Amino acid sequence: MQSVAPIAKRNSEIWHDISSPPYVQVDMVTKSYNGATVLKDVSLSIYKGEFFSLLGRSGCGKTTLLRILAGFEKPTHGRILIDGLDVTNKPAHKRPVSMMFQSYALFPHMTVAQNIAFGLKQDGLEKAVIQDKVSEVLELVQLCGLEDRMPDQLSGGQKQRVALARSIAKRPKLLLLDEPLAALDKKLREQTQFELVNVQEKVGITFILVTHDQEESMTMSTRMAVLNDGKVCQVGVPHDIYEFPNSRFVAEFIGNVNLFDSVIVEQGPDYLVLESRDIDCPCHASHTGAIPVGAAVTLAIRPEKIMISTLKPAYPRNWTHGIIKEIAYLGDVSIYYVQLPSGKVVVSTLPNLLRLEDRNFKWDDEVYLFWRSENSIVLTS
Amino acid sequence: MKIGLGIHSAWTAMRQRLSAANDRALKAGLYVALTPTIWMLLFLIGPLLLVLKIGFSKSTFAMPPFSAVFSIAADYIVNIRFNFGNYITILNDSYYISAFANSIYLGLSTSVLCLILGFPMAYGIHCTRRRWVKMSLIMMVALSFWTSFLVRVYSWMNLLSAHGLVNSTLLKLGFITHPIQLIGNYNMVCTGLVFCYLPFMIFPIYAVLEKVDRSYTESATDLGCTPTRVFWRITVPLSKSGAISGCIMVFTMSAGEFVIPELLGNADTITFGRVLWTEFFTNLDWPMACALSVVMMLFIILPVVWVNNKIPS
Repeated sequence: MQSVAPIAKRNSEIWHDISSPPYVQVDMVTKSYNGATVLKDVSLSIYKGEFFSLLGRSGCGKTTLLRILAGFEKPTHGRILIDGLDVTNKPAHKRPVSMMFQSYALFPHMTVAQNIAFGLKQDGLEKAVIQDKVSEVLELVQLCGLEDRMPDQLSGGQKQRVALARSIAKRPKLLLLDEPLAALDKKLREQTQFELVNVQEKVGITFILVTHDQEESMTMSTRMAVLNDGKVCQVGVPHDIYEFPNSRFVAEFIGNVNLFDSVIVEQGPDYLVLESRDIDCPCHASHTGAIPVGAAVTLAIRPEKIMISTLKPAYPRNWTHGIIKEIAYLGDVSIYYVQLPSGKVVVSTLPNLLRLEDRNFKWDDEVYLFWRSENSIVLTS
Repeated sequence: MKIGLGIHSAWTAMRQRLSAANDRALKAGLYVALTPTIWMLLFLIGPLLLVLKIGFSKSTFAMPPFSAVFSIAADYIVNIRFNFGNYITILNDSYYISAFANSIYLGLSTSVLCLILGFPMAYGIHCTRRRWVKMSLIMMVALSFWTSFLVRVYSWMNLLSAHGLVNSTLLKLGFITHPIQLIGNYNMVCTGLVFCYLPFMIFPIYAVLEKVDRSYTESATDLGCTPTRVFWRITVPLSKSGAISGCIMVFTMSAGEFVIPELLGNADTITFGRVLWTEFFTNLDWPMACALSVVMMLFIILPVVWVNNKIPS
């Protein structure tokens, strides 16, 4: 629907070796400023070669966590381990970590080449070696020939690439990216997402990305953590987080969702049966854990998983009926807002396989909504 | 005649532009720009031209005490008599040349001292985390402006004179047996200048430091720079424009200063300002005074223009 960018093809196996120890470990990190707690007991394990993203609204603590990893802030409690070493008390300039700032922070008094060479010079490398490394990373980000430009002579996209080149030139063990694409326009942002992923795969550095844009994090990352209010809500691969959110917050934050207050009425061997006052017949949900009968839960169904028909389904579960109140036509898809007899409005997204005038349901038509058991998500919190 | 034509055509061009400017805002803008222009013409450019003119005349015992440069003879012929004598004297007399050299030297040393003292102070204020501490530090720098400049110079004199606080304390403590001469030398003049003009160095540097994004220094730290290197490689270069404007201000003001060299110096601390005063009020040689001020202006403006062109935008 919104996502124009295709899913990046990636070698997701790199980090799947769970037996290997985590490369970056955030261990029960808490951060408070003047009594206000920004991060509460955050623990994360990130594996070598991962493109990990921290997703959350502004003020959820994701940038603070990134700054703690970089060494600009010290956690109030907890530890940070990188490659087995406790770096909690190491100052930023002694950590094997680079950060790419949202503003890019290119030094305005240095040329592109000098900017990239800056970190290498701190290591006391020979001039010739530095020059080789600079041209190597410039080639990697496709900016050859711009060595002598000043930062104010570059476009936004070029600045972003120089910043990336500067942070990977030193081959850090970990690269932190703070909203790296926020300053770019939409088209460029989508294009740059893949370039970032490609560069990451070529250099093999572990990336941690902070973003508030769920599409960005789903497109690029191997795994992501959803943060809310200083706490980690869920960690997982993007499709798990979308298909199996573990809470109402995650379900609502990632994509759109229809939520129904329901009660468990039956517990089968590998399924649950739920009843909701909004839905005409019992709902079956597979792919869930065991929840006792009588528990109040939330049934969540993604809009694109709800289908619409004018015919009443012949089977006695997973459907309900309502009246089409609104149709939002987006070209490739249409969003239908269907009002149930209880007054609740359910959203369904369907691809526009037929032209609008050829479709057999229109405004104010009574229709049936139905979905599959495996697309019902049962949320207990 | 030609000048008249020029003014006329400029006036018509402006009127055409004004009538073409249907946009009220643009019209308003032009009128707003007119006010400072008239102000500058009346109170800066006009007097400057007068000074330039008098500088080319001769000193006479008359009222006003200089000869006419332009005069109209009976047959309506305009006589122009330029007298370059004043300038020739200035450039040949070592008295004037040493006065110029002294002023430039004082201006430069005051600027350098102010920079050495002012930069750490501005940086210190910039680095202060607590808001109220920062505000009180800024207030302490600005506080010196609350007292009149003259009063401050006089209080220095009182402190440092033969019977002043410093000498009497030293005498009482037995460190010295006779009052020592603290006042009346270059060092004291320079101290006074630094004391009075230090805020003019601190504020521009502080303003620039505050504008430098924190991400630059953080990014340099992140790339492996020690805090000392971050200071020299990032903070100092990025605050250069503030230091340059501070230096320009301090140099201009201290090189042209009259009061401080007069009150804290002695007969040997001859500066531009003092020579000018002598020529004007003691010798009543207006043409020489005017010629001196023209030369002085060139000496001060030219380096400033040169430095200004060097500042990266």
